[in-house]
Amino acid sequence: MDFSFAPEEDAFRQEVRDFLEENLPDPVPTTPEFLQEWNAKLREKRWVGFAWPKEEGGGGGTLIQQYILKEEMSARRAPPLGGDFMGLAWVGPALIRHGTEAQKKRFLSDILDSKSLWCTGYSEPDSGSDLASLKTRAVQEGEEYVVNGQKIWTSAAMQAKWIFNLVRTESSSRYGGITCLLIPMDTPGIEIRPIENLSGRAGFNEVFFTDVRVPVENRLGKEGEGWRVVMGALANERSGISESTEMTRKLDSLIDLARASSKAGRPALDDTSVRRELAAFDTGIEAMRLNGMRNLTRQLKGDPPSSETSVNKLLRGALEIRMAELSLEVLGSASQLDGPWQNASLSFHGTVIGGGTPNIQRNIIAERILGLPKD
Amino acid sequence: MNFGFEEEQELLRREIRKFLDEQCPIERVRSIAQDPDGYERAHWKQLAELGWLVLIVPEAYGGAGLSWIDAVVLFEETGRSLFPSPLVSTVLTGATIADLGSDDQKRRWLPGLADGSRIGTIAFLEEHDRVGAAGIQLRGQPSGDGFLLTGEKHFVADVEQADLWVVPFRVGESEDAIGLAVVEGEQNGISGRTLRSIDTTKRVGVLQLDAVRIGPEALLGRPGEAAPGFMRLLDRGAVAVTAEVIGAAEEALRITVEFAKQRVQFGHPIGHFQGVKHPLAEMYVEVESLKSLLYYAAWALEEDPELGPVAVSRAKAYAADAFTRIGIDGIQLHGGVGYTLEYDIQLYLKRSKWARSMYGDADYHHDRIAIARGL
Repeated sequence: MDFSFAPEEDAFRQEVRDFLEENLPDPVPTTPEFLQEWNAKLREKRWVGFAWPKEEGGGGGTLIQQYILKEEMSARRAPPLGGDFMGLAWVGPALIRHGTEAQKKRFLSDILDSKSLWCTGYSEPDSGSDLASLKTRAVQEGEEYVVNGQKIWTSAAMQAKWIFNLVRTESSSRYGGITCLLIPMDTPGIEIRPIENLSGRAGFNEVFFTDVRVPVENRLGKEGEGWRVVMGALANERSGISESTEMTRKLDSLIDLARASSKAGRPALDDTSVRRELAAFDTGIEAMRLNGMRNLTRQLKGDPPSSETSVNKLLRGALEIRMAELSLEVLGSASQLDGPWQNASLSFHGTVIGGGTPNIQRNIIAERILGLPKD
Repeated sequence: MNFGFEEEQELLRREIRKFLDEQCPIERVRSIAQDPDGYERAHWKQLAELGWLVLIVPEAYGGAGLSWIDAVVLFEETGRSLFPSPLVSTVLTGATIADLGSDDQKRRWLPGLADGSRIGTIAFLEEHDRVGAAGIQLRGQPSGDGFLLTGEKHFVADVEQADLWVVPFRVGESEDAIGLAVVEGEQNGISGRTLRSIDTTKRVGVLQLDAVRIGPEALLGRPGEAAPGFMRLLDRGAVAVTAEVIGAAEEALRITVEFAKQRVQFGHPIGHFQGVKHPLAEMYVEVESLKSLLYYAAWALEEDPELGPVAVSRAKAYAADAFTRIGIDGIQLHGGVGYTLEYDIQLYLKRSKWARSMYGDADYHHDRIAIARGL
């Protein structure tokens, strides 16, 4: 047990801090020009796709370096590392594992350069938590697949140029009948309808496929390998550490809110129940950070990423709910009005449900880790 | 960075497990709990031979010279077995004397603790039950070159088993103005009285002091300057208790999972139903998060004086709340048999009642976290 960092890791942290000092103004600008310039600078440092192998265009960074990078970036409230979120989180790692040389060549550098924008086609109207029951059909005709069906809850579908799409190529095998196709969003037969989320914003979409023709060369992995392709990428993404830095930022803002508010005629921060609740959040977030570091240690020892990441997803879900509720309690009657905290108390539901609801995470832990019988 | 146990620590764990499995299976735990002594003298002799009574005392004074991470391993396993003994109290007493005592004092007391001829404990609470230096109100009356102590210490673990008590007392008005004395069983005016406890595998009672003389040779450090050492002792106590909680909570989870796999209702093992498997998954989340928090705290307390105490408070606050829930859910998931004396799960519920307040409850530690965070 040793939580100290090696000298070269401390040196790397200093390098990141110096870079941020030099390149990130305070407050952080939000103009597209700044973001473009920012992404180009990060790319030059090879910090976009930092943990991808060097030969694939990544930075070849270690898992610990990547943790340090994300922690420092988050502490300075820097914009995300790269502009193509889904591309970096899902598509890139899946391509590196399963892609052909031609596919890697075609897609990876665009993802790293923030030139592409990917969306992911997973859920369907009748296949949400039960994702493997998906029905969007792909039938091979010559050198093409013909895709028919519907996806739902697809974030950024309106802006995306490509979709990383799960389809059914075989109906008799539940998991083994799923295939992954990479489809340009401007292909004839694709129709997008935005869905208003409960805040009234068009956050996600329905995507309809009607006789959409996709070249066979756009298949990622073999036919019937789609489930494996996605699950590998999923585990890759959920180390859970960067989520704790995000939650730390939220807690800092919540403490600022409590500091500026009054409750029953006294500063909210003097209220014993508020103070203890904030201390419990601090503890929960620290548990997320340390769970993430324990997962990291396991990965460094060569264990594959596992269902352990469901632990942090559950911790986060519970914290999101309690933190939002405390913000409303501190706001008092103003919690009835429109405002940033009030809206955050609505929008966190998207984060908690997305990527598998808490009940699905509980099933994963109960069945895969505790060995309880499957539903 | 390495968030894992070393090979030697895994070896130590196997050795402890072997001892406890062979010498103190749960039937023995139940019978020792009924015995007025509250522990088995033959066990104590064996523990002395294995060196575990003074695990973290330097070898020069007859100890094993191990670290607090090693102690965590020991206490996880004794907690898992609900091992009834004054082991936690004795290890803490030895560590405190090794930490704060003069060379003469170490030579005087540590060998007796090491060979098992003496049993130590810490009398850190008074009737008003306030944890910390501010809670010490028993005043030392100056007398000659020392003090006379008259009064009571409450909630003293293993009070009658011990014949060496670490006793804090007040010497001045400021919160920190306390002294720390070691009182021996042979001295006049000292008596202990065990009270009936909920968890009969743990002993607790009142220590009565009637003009007990504290000479210079009995003082750990200078009177009036003992607060930092006393607070460190409390933090270590919290680490030890939390480690026992981890073992006990993990075992309560294991027992309940096994029950849920065996017990059939409505034609299925009850672990098939989400109403059962989801609380079990939550228990797993809490046990794993608690491990992360405690391992870091045990490391930080020795390596990083600034971060150590708050890390300990996070671990103990989380332990108090989590084990309370696990104790309750363990019974509820068993249904009717959970309410019987025959099934073992009730022993863990009772242990959770012991652990919640020991070395500070969740409120005490949340308040400490709030102060440390500058709230």
